Amino acid sequence: MNENQQSLETLRDIKRMMERSSRFISLSGLSGISAGICALVGAWFAAPYVVGKKDYIINFKAAVNLASDQDYSIILNNWLFWIAAGTFLAALLSAFFFTWIKSKREGIPIWGITAKRLLINVIVPLLAGGIFLFKLLQYETFGLVAPGCLLFYGLALINASKYTLNEIRYLGYLQILLGIINLWFVGYGLYFWAAGFGVLHIAYGTYMWNKYEKNS
Amino acid sequence: MINPINNLNKLFDSRVRLGIMSALVVNDAINFNELKELLNITDGNLASHLKALEVNAFVKVEKGFIGRKTNTTYRITKAGEKAFKSHIAALEQMIKSIG
Repeated sequence: MNENQQSLETLRDIKRMMERSSRFISLSGLSGISAGICALVGAWFAAPYVVGKKDYIINFKAAVNLASDQDYSIILNNWLFWIAAGTFLAALLSAFFFTWIKSKREGIPIWGITAKRLLINVIVPLLAGGIFLFKLLQYETFGLVAPGCLLFYGLALINASKYTLNEIRYLGYLQILLGIINLWFVGYGLYFWAAGFGVLHIAYGTYMWNKYEKNS
Repeated sequence: MINPINNLNKLFDSRVRLGIMSALVVNDAINFNELKELLNITDGNLASHLKALEVNAFVKVEKGFIGRKTNTTYRITKAGEKAFKSHIAALEQMIKSIG
């Protein structure tokens, strides 16, 4: 190895250590794909409760007036809630699983400064969004829930991009874009939600897996 | 022309010391255990390299407590940052001058 190569190798080492110590780089593309699949399955389960019920979603008063045999508030408060909670949990666990595998393979501890930093920066915007969405539900503004999910999640991703692989920033931009468009199509939130949390996650995960993990 | 090799810092010949500096330059402060995990080396090894950097005033040591456990954190100093950056510049110079 000549001096030139040696310097190059040293510079690469420096860059690697800077990245390893400042960004959580174990995030696996497979995590994105699995979370996306969970979202699509969740959306499929939720569809019977939501699709074709645009009027109920937009205006709960109208829903109450129109409801003949079913109490939609019960449906919305129970089944949809459990589907959403189950989807969230499944997505989180599967995403964690693939990232855990990747961190093991790379020999980087999953819980360290970078993981802590990433987590705090994701949780803060998500928690704010969660409380906001909770209030939306309380005021029966169901039509704004899906756009709200997309917008706050997008903001959380952009915030997170400083502490993990930078490409996640573009996923964030796209989620926000979908959320904004959804604001003009209130009542069709499930489609936008499935596109954002399902399709975009799978597309992002596939791209990242191809770029970083396929050949390693 | 000045030979860029002269600008290389002898202290950074060690991969461990270079690793410590690389991590500290992009982080506000890192504690001993986190550094150990990052570099994957033993306590004694890390401590001796940190000492060398401390003696040269390239890193600052802050001793504190989390509960009853000691928590020693390390920060890069202005001098350390300067030395590290000129070391990188010298490495880049070498690649350019040859390649």
